[in-house]
Formats: sequence, C-alpha cells, structure tokens
Amino acid sequence: MAFLRATGSYVPERVVTNADLATLVGETAEWIEQVSGISERRYAAPDQTVADLAVLAAERCLQSAGIAATELGMLLVSSGSPERYCPGPASAIAARLGMGTTPALDIPVGSAGSLIGLALAMRLAPTTGQMLVVGTEIMSRRIDATAEGRNTAILFGDGAGAALVSPNAGFLRLVDAELFTDGSGSEMLRVEDGRLHMDGGSVILRASRKLPACILEVLQRNALTPADVPHYLLHQANLNLLTKVAATLKVPAERVFTNIQKYGNTSSASLLLALDEWRSGVGQRIEGPVLFSAFGTGLNWGAMLAFPADLTSELTGSAAG
Amino acid sequence: MDKKPGILKVLQATAGKPITPQDDESLFGSGLLDSFALPDFVSGLEAEFGVSIPDSDLSARKFDTIDKVDSYLEARGK
Repeated sequence: MAFLRATGSYVPERVVTNADLATLVGETAEWIEQVSGISERRYAAPDQTVADLAVLAAERCLQSAGIAATELGMLLVSSGSPERYCPGPASAIAARLGMGTTPALDIPVGSAGSLIGLALAMRLAPTTGQMLVVGTEIMSRRIDATAEGRNTAILFGDGAGAALVSPNAGFLRLVDAELFTDGSGSEMLRVEDGRLHMDGGSVILRASRKLPACILEVLQRNALTPADVPHYLLHQANLNLLTKVAATLKVPAERVFTNIQKYGNTSSASLLLALDEWRSGVGQRIEGPVLFSAFGTGLNWGAMLAFPADLTSELTGSAAG
Repeated sequence: MDKKPGILKVLQATAGKPITPQDDESLFGSGLLDSFALPDFVSGLEAEFGVSIPDSDLSARKFDTIDKVDSYLEARGK
C-alpha cells in the first residue's frame, strides 16, 4: 500500500497582477482575467533557483510529517523550467536537504510531472519506503512578456509543491493510477532554447479530451462514477479548461479545487501546490474519494485515485494509519 | 456534396450566434471563436459528419478556417 502522508508548498513573495502584465502584453487586465481566470501570480526573485523553491516546499512537507530527510527512501523532482537540464535539480535538492546518497531522480515533464511522480511513488513506496515528490518551477523565465508572447505570458507563475508518499500511514490511500504518453503532440508544448512554446488551441483540444477520458478510465475500473468523487485535484492549467473538464464529467464545477486565480499556471508545481492548499482547507473533512489528474509536455497525462484513510479502513476493514 | 453549410451550422452552434466568416478567414485568429470553443467545434463536426477524428489530427491548424475544415473532411472521405 501507499499513502499520502504530508504536503508542503512555497510560492515566492513577489505578486504580479494582471494590471502589471497588461501593458507589457498589450491587453487589459480584464481581458487577461476573462481568458485565463487568473488574477495574479508569483514571480521568483532574480537570485532564486528552482532548487531554492523546492527545498522550502520540501522542508515544510517533512516538518509537517515530523520526519527527517535522512529517513527518505527516494526523492522525485519534477521541473520543466530548471536552470540547466543535466544534471537536473534533484541531486542538488537532495544534497541541500541532507539526504546523503539516497537516490534523487528528475522528471523533466512540464505540468504533468508531479502526477507522474506521485504515480511512481505509489508503486515504489511499498519497497522503497518514504518517497518525497516535489514539483518546482520558475516559469516566469520561460515566457515572453510581450504582445507576441501574450498567450503564455499571462498564464504562468512560479512556485513549488511537495508531497510525502509513505508505505504505511497517511491521510489518503493511493489506490490506482494510469499514465499515458503521446509523442505525436510533443511539438505542441515544449521548452526549447530557454523559452516555452505552446500551440494553445491544440493543447486545449487534446487536454479537453484526454483528461476526462483518463479520469473515467480510472474511475470505471474502480467501480466509481464521476458523481461518486467529491474532490477533484487537477493541474491548474487554465480556469476555463478546469470548468470544461467538470462539465464533461457532469460534476459541479465546485468539486474541482482551484487556486489558479492566485498563482496562475505553475506547471508541474501546480498539482502539489493545489494539494497542499486543498488539504489545509479541508482539514479532516475529506468527504470521499479524491481524483488527481494532469496533462502536460510530452504529451503526458494521467489520473490517480485516492481514498481518505477512514474510507480506506471502512472499505478494506484494515487500519489505514 | 457541399459540406460548407454543415460546417457553418456547427460553427454557429458552437459560437452561439449567427456568425458568417469568409471561407478563408481564421476562426481563432479573428476572435470569432476562442481556444476553449475549439473542442466543442471539433466534437460538433464529428457528430454532423459522422466522422471520428483521431488524436493525431487534433491540431488547431486543421480547423482554423472553413476551407481547412472542408479540405480535412474531404480527405477523410466525407
């Protein structure tokens, strides 16, 4: 078994509003909010790195769990916007956390990387032990904040999230996950030559079909329907896309947690940032199954199902910890 | 068979208003449809013309004008 045991997150202090961006991209603040649902986002300071953001989120997660980094069996780090690609940030983050020679691996998949990390951790935790999954992004350095680059410039922000996956205790039991890759769309969404390139219409077209389809696949094989799930935690890509996914699944939009309004699209950090805020908000009031889903570069996408620990106990008759 | 009336019917249903773009006018570049209407437009075309559009063809460029949609459907034998 694998459980989500603790979460943590960090966002930089600098707030960038739509009014701040409007002049740069040649639009109005109202237009930015209308097409994205975003009110503001955070930008990292010039001297901050993706590792800096990740360490702060990871430390908060470990502190919340009450364990030391030396107790971890593995670190998985997702980032599509690191300062360099090889080696990626995972090894530096592990060193700064004091993990010694414990394995630390990179998942260079924008937007969907944290979901991939959680799905891998779910499968590896029973044999590897405590696994820390981190998503960390400084997307503000990958956008073109001009009129020409407005479609990406208005969307993205910076931040980091972390989640601890444990083999024996937690507030959610990770039940099932399915991951997909379709390289035929790899050119649609990519970071190349230091810049994000996005064919927005094509990405939306693919994501709006693939997200509901993979969610339904995971739910159906666990004898659930979308209506049975009170909590949806999705990559915070665009508020309009989240609303569209809810409509396709025929669930009230309120069941899909959103914090994109405050942070924008933080790529692979967004799912874990949403998880941390959602958990802070719901406290112990997790009312049923939780469905995670994300879509990102590659193209990669997938879904993961979790049960609250008390529901797990009820369904399996075992103590979930 | 002239497919353009059917394409226009789907387009107007998606837009929710009686727009009549030129056959070579960009539907998205001109702002007639936004990116989030594209999935509905493509689903509407599938229903109207009885065609299943594969993942490999899910590119915004293929559906950006009435002419392009017409050519795509023609190539699919519709």
